[in-house]
Amino acid sequence: MPLDFYLNVAAGGLLTGLVYGLAALGLSVIFGVVRIVNFAHGELMVIGMYAAVLAAGSLGIDPLLAAPVVAALLFAVGYGLQRGLINRFIDRPDHMQFILLVGVAMVIVNGLLIAFGPDSQSAQVPYAFDAIEIGPLLLDTTKVYAGVGALAVAALLFLFFRLSLTGKAIRACSDNQLGARVVGLNVERLYALTFGLGAATAGIAGCLMTLLVDVRPQLAPEYTLLSFIIVIVGGLGSMGGALLGGVLIGISEAMAGFLILPSMKSMFSYGLLILVLLLRPQGLLGKRP
Amino acid sequence: MMLTIEGLDLLYGDAQALDDVSLDVPEGAVTAIIGANGAGKTSLIRTVSGILRPARGSIRFEGREIAGLPSHTVCDLGIGQVAEGRQVFPTMTVRENLEMGAVIPRARERAKANLERMLVLFPRLGERLRQAAGTLSGGEQQMLAIGRCLMGEPRVILFDEPSLGLAPAVVQELFRIIKRLRDEGMTIVLVEQNVAASLHLAATAHVLEQGRIVLSGTGPELLDNPKVQEAYLGL
Ligand SMILES: Nc1ncnc2c1ncn2[C@@H]1O[C@H](COP(=O)(O)OP(=O)(O)OP(=O)(O)O)[C@@H](O)[C@H]1O
Ligand SMILES: [Mg+2]
Repeated sequence: MPLDFYLNVAAGGLLTGLVYGLAALGLSVIFGVVRIVNFAHGELMVIGMYAAVLAAGSLGIDPLLAAPVVAALLFAVGYGLQRGLINRFIDRPDHMQFILLVGVAMVIVNGLLIAFGPDSQSAQVPYAFDAIEIGPLLLDTTKVYAGVGALAVAALLFLFFRLSLTGKAIRACSDNQLGARVVGLNVERLYALTFGLGAATAGIAGCLMTLLVDVRPQLAPEYTLLSFIIVIVGGLGSMGGALLGGVLIGISEAMAGFLILPSMKSMFSYGLLILVLLLRPQGLLGKRP
Repeated sequence: MMLTIEGLDLLYGDAQALDDVSLDVPEGAVTAIIGANGAGKTSLIRTVSGILRPARGSIRFEGREIAGLPSHTVCDLGIGQVAEGRQVFPTMTVRENLEMGAVIPRARERAKANLERMLVLFPRLGERLRQAAGTLSGGEQQMLAIGRCLMGEPRVILFDEPSLGLAPAVVQELFRIIKRLRDEGMTIVLVEQNVAASLHLAATAHVLEQGRIVLSGTGPELLDNPKVQEAYLGL
């Protein structure tokens, strides 16, 4: 088979991986700041997917255009969840937080099942079968839009944390919670903002994902797990690491699905995870503890 | 009185860390709090600043009751803190650390001007604006913690063992800074292991033992007190 073929598959995996990476970025930001493992992350992402599918189906709105609205919606969900529920568990032991978030995840998945049933649904876009030629590559237009969109949102998030006062205040909470209280930051509010941002990021990733796959409620736990794997591979707390981890998982899935068997693709993600845990426990871009 | 504390109790679960603490903090002077390890000094500072909630008692700041208010509200009223262990933001730059001191609404608009002021006050921070705070020396971190606190334009500053772990020359510099702040009219609560130096600066002083105030007086009175001399001055 010609080299171009492999390149095409790898590039497609890379673009999909950027969307995975964006979702994982949301998880990483929430964990890095609030120190809560969001077991409902894939669920929030799938809520975003359904919102995009509904917007496309009933109003004919492109998922890319729906993304900002979906982001606002999920921001509100995340903010409310943190303010109303999770903030009360901040000082509780880890296993209680764990169960709380697992419970939230269950409620969401089952809610989605009741609302939409177990079958797949998809968002129709007019460019679903178009392709874009870049040098030797011939890429699905949907994948290019999704990947570039994910990269753009990740860049915005990065700039927000570097340049805005609120972004810096969130980093301060993550760096030193007591220090944040000492300078009079409203830690609970910043935590809620962070959870909102993480949820919004998951929601946008969900919108972009509807360009690539059909949605069904049972995707939610799969995406939660996938986001975990990516965050651990990339390195906890590293924004670049989440994107890199997403890209690596995306490429390895695509290559495995293409070279071996589509059903083998998640085996490779886990293989990569185990390899990283063995050789570089802090993750590819993570700092040594 | 700038601050009036009355009948303050603080509990950690069943353990009582503050027991009926009452004291006054006069405006424009240093109020020293001395006490052995575990006496409850940090607990007192954190209760006044709203980081911990008292079980009982009253804290009035310029006549207003603040006991039980959250720390961000208390801080915005003008109660600044230089916390035990400095509590800088280690991965953030010196400039970002200083900026964080002025996020509270009372000081946000003048953040730029105050940053310039801090660089004059602490030239060594100015040379390291882009350096991560975690890579500063202990003394530099303490200066940063003080600068960060001043960025919030506090009316009163609560210092919790600022000289801990610093080299003697740096400790001297630190006390010079505290003295200068006092001479400029700042109200200061000073918790210190360095008892002699802090009693020399203090208008009034209180001795805390096992969460209770067991002795109060002017700085010179406590310096001359035989019990204080024996227990805290090693004389
Ligand atoms: N989070 C906590 N949970 C339970 N007990 C605590 C907690 N923090 C402090 N204590 C206890 O409260 C008492 C007072 O502690 P505190 O830190 O206020 O003392 P301190 O005077 O500041 O001591 P040091 O000089 O060592 O800083 C101590 O007996 C301490 O063990
Ligand atoms: Mg202490």
